[in-house]
Amino acid sequence: MNVLVISEHNNNEIKDSTMHAIAAACELGDSVDLLVAGFNCSVAATNGAKIEGIAKVLLADSEPYENQLAENIAPLIQQIATKYSHILMAATTTGKNIIPRAAALADAQPISDVISIVNKDTFKRPIYAGNVIATIQSHDKIKFMTVRATAFESVLQESSSAAIEVIEESFDSVKSEFIKNDMAPSERPELTSARVIISGGRGMLNEQNFKLLENLADKFGGAVGASRAAVDSGFAPNDMQVGQTGKIVAPDLYIAIGISGAIQHLAGMKESKIIVAINKDPEAPIFKAADYGLVADLFDVIPELDEKLIV
Amino acid sequence: MKALVSVKRVVDYNVKVSPKDDNSGVNLNNLKMSLNPFCEIAVEEAVRLKEKGVIEEILVVSIGPQEAQEQIRAALAIGADRGILVKVESDIELQPLAVAKCLKKVFDREQPDLILMGKQSIDGDNNQTGQMFAALANLPQGTFASELAVNSNHVTVTREVDGGFQTLRLTLPAVITSDLRLNEPRYASLPSIMQAKKKQIHETTPEELDVDIAPRVSVVSVDFPPERPEGVKVSSVDELLEKLKNEAKVI
Ligand SMILES: Cc1cc2nc3c(=O)[nH]c(=O)nc-3n(C[C@H](O)[C@H](O)[C@H](O)COP(=O)(O)OP(=O)(O)OC[C@H]3O[C@@H](n4cnc5c(N)ncnc54)[C@H](O)[C@@H]3O)c2cc1C
Ligand SMILES: Nc1ncnc2c1ncn2[C@@H]1O[C@H](COP(=O)(O)O)[C@@H](O)[C@H]1O
Repeated sequence: MNVLVISEHNNNEIKDSTMHAIAAACELGDSVDLLVAGFNCSVAATNGAKIEGIAKVLLADSEPYENQLAENIAPLIQQIATKYSHILMAATTTGKNIIPRAAALADAQPISDVISIVNKDTFKRPIYAGNVIATIQSHDKIKFMTVRATAFESVLQESSSAAIEVIEESFDSVKSEFIKNDMAPSERPELTSARVIISGGRGMLNEQNFKLLENLADKFGGAVGASRAAVDSGFAPNDMQVGQTGKIVAPDLYIAIGISGAIQHLAGMKESKIIVAINKDPEAPIFKAADYGLVADLFDVIPELDEKLIV
Repeated sequence: MKALVSVKRVVDYNVKVSPKDDNSGVNLNNLKMSLNPFCEIAVEEAVRLKEKGVIEEILVVSIGPQEAQEQIRAALAIGADRGILVKVESDIELQPLAVAKCLKKVFDREQPDLILMGKQSIDGDNNQTGQMFAALANLPQGTFASELAVNSNHVTVTREVDGGFQTLRLTLPAVITSDLRLNEPRYASLPSIMQAKKKQIHETTPEELDVDIAPRVSVVSVDFPPERPEGVKVSSVDELLEKLKNEAKVI
């Protein structure tokens, strides 16, 4: 089996989520190649070549790939696809944008959000907001899939170096033009790789209060998450949303504060190792998912936690 | 300008589904069915564009069983103008590739300028169909959209991506898939529900469109996820911190 992983990178570093996708690829294949498509991204390719398990790096360095637009990356993948049995990407917004488009070009039915590899053509994935887990078998010749970073360990950056092969062709669908990125600056670790996450919901009442969670998160060296209600109400930016339609996280410790525990929220965090719920309503469904529940007013608990926490 | 909105009939988001007794699939008997929430947002966006005078006609398409008529009607009640039902047997498992191929045929016939879809159906949680249709029709895609600005030749779309927002400018015709914060759909009023009953729904089939809808992926089994061990209630912050330190050993 030859497996191809499509990397995400910032032209220098390969993103952490890709390291997890490579681990999934190593479960599937004898030989795993890594595509590094971008612009002025040879450093990323060099770094990619040092990753444990990578047999070869394919470097496509060209201006149209600069922003990883699906319209340009998908035909590139299609062109090299026939050499591979599986084509993987992490189930990030970029992965979800690109993989289905590439699969359709190859007349294949992609598989989203794989959480477990049963064998080379059989996989597990959550459906209905994680209410149930489907085990499915793909009959396509090339299997296109996105894999959940939280479900696979990461691989190591090694010192040995794989070969780098340059792809000259460049695809540019002039129909899609990149205008800008507005990224929320944050000193905290990324949600999907944080060891501790403090999440707030509608119970936080406003943006000011939501900031209280940042202090707590900083004490843990953790990240801040939010429910959809907190994001919709403007307490927190969109990329903090945890859940069925937001980020999927699985930290060592997830503390849900003022979150009721709707199935759509649970879908994003119930694989966390330890879940703590703080809610004033003893009937809140979040308590069913929690290892430790504290029925209390969050406005009493947060200052006390802040004071007593020495990590 | 003409918009095509693609809508799916799904189990209502409030319903908790369970596996069939023999684990061969999801038990769907007698469950409340609804318009997929993301599709509802896509319809609402088209209607707002029509109200602004950007769009003249809104066509709604659903691929599904006869009952999917109800979801087309729901979209017509929000303000779409006419519907197309691509009818399949109710026990057929439709997969995004097949849906995308049907949509491509409808697109070829109808030549819309803007195609609005949901980012994800909340039953299969695929998040694929818009991207796949865009590939088949060779159109640009603006997925996970939280804001749109349409002019005569382009749509500028703000996308919700990891880390923040991305803005793209797409040449029309273009495919947009809606995220949750694109808009808040209205409740259809009684008069508009009545009006929707008079609007036309044209029926066709995948055979008529010459599309092979045979599934590429088969379901081996459907199971509940492994259960978490039951948790405990603690009575104070001190107790919580003590447990996290000494029992869970996470701090
Ligand atoms: C298609 C779809 C997709 C969705 N995707 C997501 C998703 O990805 N992520 C997500 O989170 N949601 C998602 N939702 C929304 C989800 O259904 C819930 O509406 C949402 O999670 C509720 O957020 P919440 O728990 O913050 O708010 P609420 O349900 O309003 O809960 C607030 C909680 O705070 C508690 N509280 C209030 N004041 C205090 C106080 N002073 N002290 C202690 N506790 C207090 C209350 O008891 C209550 O339990 C989705 C919904 C749909 C339809
Ligand atoms: N059977 C269908 N009929 C019409 N539209 C569909 C169908 N299935 C999926 N879609 C569209 O594709 C979007 C994404 O669905 P999915 O790829 O299944 O997550 C939905 O929100 C719909 O707009």
